[in-house]
Amino acid sequence: MPLRNLKTASPREVSAAVASSRREFLRSAAGVAAGSLFSFAPRVALAAAGVAQPKAVVVTFGGGARDEETFAPEGQENIPYLVQTLFPQSTFYAQVVNKGILGHYVATASLATGVYETFNNFAAVSPHNPTVFEYFRKDLHRRASDAWVVAPSNGFNRIGESDHRSYGAGLGAGVILPKHLLASSIGAGSTDYGHLLRDSYEAPFYTPELAGNEVEMQKLKELLKLSVDDFTASARSLASPDELSVYIARRLMREVAPSLLWITLHDIDIAHSGTYSMYLEGIRRSDRLCAEIWKAIETEPEYAGKTTMYILPDFGRDSDSDPGGNGFQHHRTGDPLSRTTWMMVLGPGIGKGVVIDRPVDSIDLVPTLGARLGFSPRFAHGKALEEIA
Amino acid sequence: MSAMLPSQLKAKNFAGYPPEARSLAVAHLDLLRQLPLILVPLILREAIAYDWRFPPERRELERQLAYLDGLTPPQRDALLSGFSKLTLSPKLTAGDWIGAPGIFSEQLSAHLWATHQMDSFRAAAESYANAWQGTQTPATPAVRRLGIVVLGQGVEASDYPLFRKLRPQGTLFTEVDPAYGLRTLLAAVAARSAANPQPYSHWYIDGGAAEAAGAGVTSVSYAALQPVRKALLSRMQRVIESGSGGPEELRTLMGQTNPSDVGFASDGQDAVLDHFQLSLLTEGSGTQIFSTTFAQWAARETLRRAQPATLLVRFAPRERQQPMNELLSAKHEVTEVDPEGSLIDADMAAYYTWLNQQRLSGADQAAFLVWFEGHKQAVAIDPSLPRGSVSSTPANLHQILTWIT
Repeated sequence: MPLRNLKTASPREVSAAVASSRREFLRSAAGVAAGSLFSFAPRVALAAAGVAQPKAVVVTFGGGARDEETFAPEGQENIPYLVQTLFPQSTFYAQVVNKGILGHYVATASLATGVYETFNNFAAVSPHNPTVFEYFRKDLHRRASDAWVVAPSNGFNRIGESDHRSYGAGLGAGVILPKHLLASSIGAGSTDYGHLLRDSYEAPFYTPELAGNEVEMQKLKELLKLSVDDFTASARSLASPDELSVYIARRLMREVAPSLLWITLHDIDIAHSGTYSMYLEGIRRSDRLCAEIWKAIETEPEYAGKTTMYILPDFGRDSDSDPGGNGFQHHRTGDPLSRTTWMMVLGPGIGKGVVIDRPVDSIDLVPTLGARLGFSPRFAHGKALEEIA
Repeated sequence: MSAMLPSQLKAKNFAGYPPEARSLAVAHLDLLRQLPLILVPLILREAIAYDWRFPPERRELERQLAYLDGLTPPQRDALLSGFSKLTLSPKLTAGDWIGAPGIFSEQLSAHLWATHQMDSFRAAAESYANAWQGTQTPATPAVRRLGIVVLGQGVEASDYPLFRKLRPQGTLFTEVDPAYGLRTLLAAVAARSAANPQPYSHWYIDGGAAEAAGAGVTSVSYAALQPVRKALLSRMQRVIESGSGGPEELRTLMGQTNPSDVGFASDGQDAVLDHFQLSLLTEGSGTQIFSTTFAQWAARETLRRAQPATLLVRFAPRERQQPMNELLSAKHEVTEVDPEGSLIDADMAAYYTWLNQQRLSGADQAAFLVWFEGHKQAVAIDPSLPRGSVSSTPANLHQILTWIT
């Protein structure tokens, strides 16, 4: 179905059309031969890879990007690394549907639990269902240092650990909030840095209190062998909060080498300010940072050859055609385009240049991680993706 | 507060409404008593602001109420069954949905998301809207609509592929004489206003400081609202610093702000426009900070609410968003602007302005013009012009306007 006819289509047809459009674009843009698109045997490949102690790095965009600015023909100039460098090495899910609440914290928490969480997006609460980090650590008897989250804002400080009575306290991941650390390092209260360090683009004047499992500067110094001076000096050389997050994540990979690392990028969500040019810059930066993370995975001895990377936006953004929204600016209408996104998966045993356009669910991520890493996400509602699990 | 049902509504419940809004609500009391609880606050949200609504908004609300009044109870029940099936929390039903329907609406949205009822709500709302709109004959506008966007102020040259989304809809002119361009466009708006004088029917929105507009032209500018923006941000900051400033509290604060609270003239000479301008700053995201966002949102809301015959939107450079390293180096200049980024913002905004104009009646006859200020490129969209074409014929803006109006 041509995208221009989507206005009269059902939500399912819209999602399918989006998936088809992404597939066709990737086929042409990446120069992948048509025959290779659907010819692979994932389980065989995974077994053949024979990976011991596999690792996983999950990269989410906490600020969805639309097809018009990414996988549609006119958007390809914004994502050269995803299309030309990463896609040929990946299996690409072209139709990932998020059926939950379209707010970044609650949606990311849903990705991390495999259950559509229903709490207030701006509330300082833990997920109610066990997180992937708890399943991973409890089932596999892993130390606390083996699971980490690097998150963009104070609102994410409780995402590492649920309040589920069978899991919860002491079983989750450590959470690093680089912007919060930077604020405390440079003593930026309400001065010039407020704009830079604001917590959320959705509610830019709101900064929730911290009360979770986040790591403070002193602990970070010991963990990453990073002094306050080094940290702030590095920050001065970086252009955005997401670059700071990736800097911390790379340091974490080198010094701690966690087996499960979750990085949430957030620069794209500047779109809430209504400035299209800044939204495009956020997309381009995220594209480049994803390639940098993959490069780090390939070059760090602790990660090379045994790490799977998952890249996915938490959801999309409103379409131009829905009069209830304002196009790229928000994700409030709940229309099919704002719910339909994608996932790119790279790693050992993963098919290369493969596009899967059947609909899958956002909450399928945790069961898939469970199947690949060897834990049982017993309370998750999603299903492991058979092509890669 | 104990829960109140629509069937218990009385005239005295609307005592706190502005005069015309109160009369409207009381006149339709019997109808309101028979509607599902979830729908009544949504109607009251529109009714409570009736005194400050533009003429098309007033007519639309009156027609909607008349339509619902004209249905038999079984017809109404069938039409609104989608709303009746939705469940509300005790907290929502016990809230002040009569006195503060806007807050109810915000809370309802959060409730629908949290209870996975948003899709059902959208389906019910679309079903209702389609049924109602199916009974309405769109009024042909007295004058063919004309939308004009001027963008690129301060940009000497750019490699950005301008008008990508609009070019397929009309003709790209590549040899436009830019001399006296803005003056020509303002004169055209003034002439249309003089020829077809109707309140709030001809608009000029400027993302910077406004030029003089003709008599009868409603003028809004980002620069003129600077004191209001500062007052509003100051009020928000106070709530945040009080320690109780979560998103809900801030939204409530914004919703309860009156024009006189933030520096609009208290004499109410043009209360409708004052309320509209305030809404641009309290309901729009980013409008308080970036002029390009303000101009785009103002154009959107003007088209949606006032449904004007003429709209001229001129974009100005917005403040530059400084990268983190510059901010940390403490060498930054706060007032620096970003003409190139603003051009890209405005190019997308021009497309959205055209889309919003096309949602109004008479869209098939409407005309649209977007011009790169001070330069030779413009796109004109009109039924008389071929779509997706390019014209290298030298022309000035007056000529192009003559061809499309």
